[in-house]
Formats: sequence, structure tokens, C-alpha cells
Amino acid sequence: MSTTTEQTAVEAKMIPIYVMGKKYEVPETLTIMKALEYAGYKYIRGCGCRGGVCGACSTVYRKPGDYKIYTGLACQTVVEPEMYLTQLPFYPANRATYDFHALEGNPEEIFGLYPELFRCVACNACSKVCPMDVEVMDYIAALKRGDIAAAAQISFDCIQCGLCASRCMGELPQYHIGQLARRINGAYLTPRAEHLATMVANIEAGRYTECLNKLKSADEDELKRLYTEERELEPAQAGEDWTPKENVCL
Amino acid sequence: MSIAYYPGCTLKTKGKNLEKSALAAMEVLGIDVEELPRWNCCGAVYSLADDDLIHVVAPVRDLVRVAERGQDTVITLCSMCYNTLARANDLMKNDEEKRKTINDFMDEEPDYSGEVRVVHLLDYLRDEYGWDKLKEKLKSPLNGMKVAPYYGCTLLRPKEVALDHPDRPVLMHEFLETLGADVVDFPNAMECCGSYQVLGNPDAAVEVSHEILSGAAEKGAEALALTCPLCDFNLGKRQDIILEKYEGASEVPIYYFTQLLAVALGVAPEECHFELNRDSAAQLLKDKNIISAVPA
Repeated sequence: MSTTTEQTAVEAKMIPIYVMGKKYEVPETLTIMKALEYAGYKYIRGCGCRGGVCGACSTVYRKPGDYKIYTGLACQTVVEPEMYLTQLPFYPANRATYDFHALEGNPEEIFGLYPELFRCVACNACSKVCPMDVEVMDYIAALKRGDIAAAAQISFDCIQCGLCASRCMGELPQYHIGQLARRINGAYLTPRAEHLATMVANIEAGRYTECLNKLKSADEDELKRLYTEERELEPAQAGEDWTPKENVCL
Repeated sequence: MSIAYYPGCTLKTKGKNLEKSALAAMEVLGIDVEELPRWNCCGAVYSLADDDLIHVVAPVRDLVRVAERGQDTVITLCSMCYNTLARANDLMKNDEEKRKTINDFMDEEPDYSGEVRVVHLLDYLRDEYGWDKLKEKLKSPLNGMKVAPYYGCTLLRPKEVALDHPDRPVLMHEFLETLGADVVDFPNAMECCGSYQVLGNPDAAVEVSHEILSGAAEKGAEALALTCPLCDFNLGKRQDIILEKYEGASEVPIYYFTQLLAVALGVAPEECHFELNRDSAAQLLKDKNIISAVPA
């Protein structure tokens, strides 16, 4: 038996895709984003994190023999043969102007800032195109009945790509409304973390100044040593009550 | 199995006194209801245009939510939600062509053809719970209280979804009689309160609302019982405007039927949220010794 393994390069199969109506042959293993670059396009906008969280690279596509509209993030979606696609990195949707700290956090304020909320007819086109599988129509429905907390919860995975707004027959800017709901929920409806004030007071009183100064004055070797040798890692299965042995900085 | 409960948006905001009193009353009666975990606004008004099917999608989607949970009945409290859901259901059951169009459009949901039964708490009490059984549960009957039943529009029209005879209804009469009230019949009981005219033509709404209130008062009613948050808005929340405009108009306390049901069953007045009614509502119940004190 040979001790060396022969590595043979496998050529990816080339498949046809249509970008804004023009045909390109691209390797079938690529994401839409990489396929576009392979085909010669260069992103100067409409491309952000390349990790599926920034919402900049929305793609709309159709497949042959299928009436359905498909969507995806170009950086996360693998090309399919014969797909017709276009990028829709931005969709105009008006965001209301408000002084957040002047709000009290009640549903009527959202109704006032976004009266088009009540144009929703529950057609559900928004939920069907959401690349994050957010039940967009359900959070709009929750807001119509004043349930801001539920709207914040349901819309939590929104990456503000705007595809929902592109499909809305009621012309709602859903993702801006959802964002306002999450802001209000976070600032006004969620119980405040009371221990935070104590922590801030401790910092201001200089509780951690000495620890920080010690780190700031350490040279590179000392920092490496502290990080690799002295640092006490929290065990993976540690319980809620776990504390490090060295607790001078806690 | 519990009955699916569809609240409707207004019962979660301006009409909390309708929902909270109903839930408390149903608990006393042992009517096991569970709010649908997923529901959307029914649209509130059933579209009269024959081909305006997009506005039927919302109520049908709610009915699909009931069906997909394996439940066969959905109970409502708001008469507008009842009307919209029941008419959408009627369409899906009886109009094959429109049913197909709607099911094809809602291709992400299972097909629906009117399998769910849409009921209102009033006809549920009459047909399934029974007035006699309800009577046995009363703790503080509304003795000596002269109440006019106000049906409005949406419980009785159109006839396909009417809970009772559209012109000669007795449903709310029987309900109030069962609670022990002196039922005051009056000629305006099925007339429109002005509905959404209050937005575009508020004077017209005030005029018809005034006729309803004065019609009841002339027949000796001390209070009005109703089922609809929009009627409550026109007759109750805007009654000050009526009192100001019409000389000789007198204060008429307005109740949701569920609040009268709840107090008669001995539910604490706090749970009925009379603070969302006119002040006269809790006061009259106190004057009649049906509740011991006006909640703070």
C-alpha cells in the first residue's frame, strides 16, 4: 500500500446562469456572489460581510418552468442551472423620522409614524420572499394589534435587506417598522438590567483601573504569556455559578 | 379539546374591556377557549365588491390557522370580526370558483373550503351552553336594571351569517333576560351607529348615534348593551360630543355584553375594566347593588 495519496484536481462542472438576462457559464459550486465575480462583475456596493448577516446582497431569481419567485443572499446561495437572477441590494422604503428619546413606547406612536401599517391585507408576499425566513406578515399583524414585544421577537432575524418592501402590495416599509418595534422593545418594554448601574458605578469608582493599567503597561511577550499561560478558561460545561480562581478583577 | 378563540386587534388595544371580561366570564362558565397562537387582522370590514378577493385572504388565512390546528370551531367576541370571518367562511364553503382562486393564490397554505365553524359568544351561549345552564351560574343577577339590547349591523346582516332573524332578533333580549335584567325593547336596536362615517363625516355619525341613545332612553332604558368596539366608540367614547350637541340628551351608560355577563357571574369588577367605559357604567352597577363598589 502506497503511503502517498494521489490528489487529483476535480474540475467543477460548468452551468449556464442568466445575470440580468445575459447568459454566463459558471462553475456549479460557486455562490451567486462568486459566480458574478467569476463572470467579470466587480462589486463596488451591494456586497458587505460575505457571511450572510449584513443584508447587502439580496438576489431575486426564477427557475425554468416554475412561476415562483425565489430570493436569497448572493453570498449564501449556490447557483443553479438556468436560473435567471438579478441583484436587488437596495429597495427604496421611507424611514420615519423620530426623536427616539421623546417616544413613550406605545403602539399609537408606531401607528402615527407608520400609518401605512394598516394597508396590510395579509397577502403574505413579504414572508414568502424573506431570505431569513422571517414571518414578516406575522410581525406586521402583531403590530396592528399593538403587540410590540411579539413584533420585536418575530422580526429579530431581520437583516434589513428590503425584499419584503419590494413585494408589498400595501407599500409598507416593513423592515423599518420592525426596527422601530425592536428599538422600542429594547429601550422601553424589556426589563432594565439593574446590575448594570452598579457595574458602571464600579468602573467609574476605579475598581478596574489598576487591572487595566497593568495590562496597558505590559510588553508584547508579557501579554502573550498572560493570554496563553495564565489565562484561566471557563470550562465548556461550566455551570451558572462558575467563577475563576483569580477574581481580583471581578 | 379547547375551542379556538380569535380576539381581533381592537380587543388587544382599545377594547380590552371586551376581551378581559369575556375571558373571565368564560372561565367561570367552564368554556374552554384558547387564543390562536398565530392570527392576523381579519380586515374588519368584509369587502362588498364581488371580485375584490384580496380582502378575503386575511380572514381565510385566520380560518386556515384554526383548521391546521385540527380545531373545528372558532369563537369570536367582536361582532365585526365575527361578520368578516363568517362571510369569508361562507364564500369558501359555497363559491367553488372563488375558493379555487383564493386557494391557488395562497399556495403556501393548505387548501381551505369552509370546514371551520365561526361562532360568536352570543350564539354559542344560546345554542351550545344554553340559557338555563347560564342562569344557574349567576351570582349577582342584573335585577332591577333596565337594559336595552343594541344589535347594530354586523350580528344580523347579511342573512347568511345572521345570528338571529335580521328584522326581529331576540338573541340579545334573551341573553339580557337570562342575566336578570329588565329588557327594554326600542326601535333603533338594529340601526347603524354611524360606523366608519365617524372618520369622514363625523356629524352624520353623531346624529345617528344620538337617535339610538335617545331612542333607548325614551323607552326607559338606563343602559345599552352592545357587542362591537366601533359601536362603543360612536355611542360610548364619543357620547360627550352627543351630549354637548343635543339639548335634552341624557347620559346613557354603555356596556359590552360580556361585562354584564361577567358581573352577573360574580367576576370582580376590576377584571371587567370599567375604567375603559364611561364613568356612568360602573356607577350604575353600584347604584343597583350589582357590584359592591366602583373600582378605584
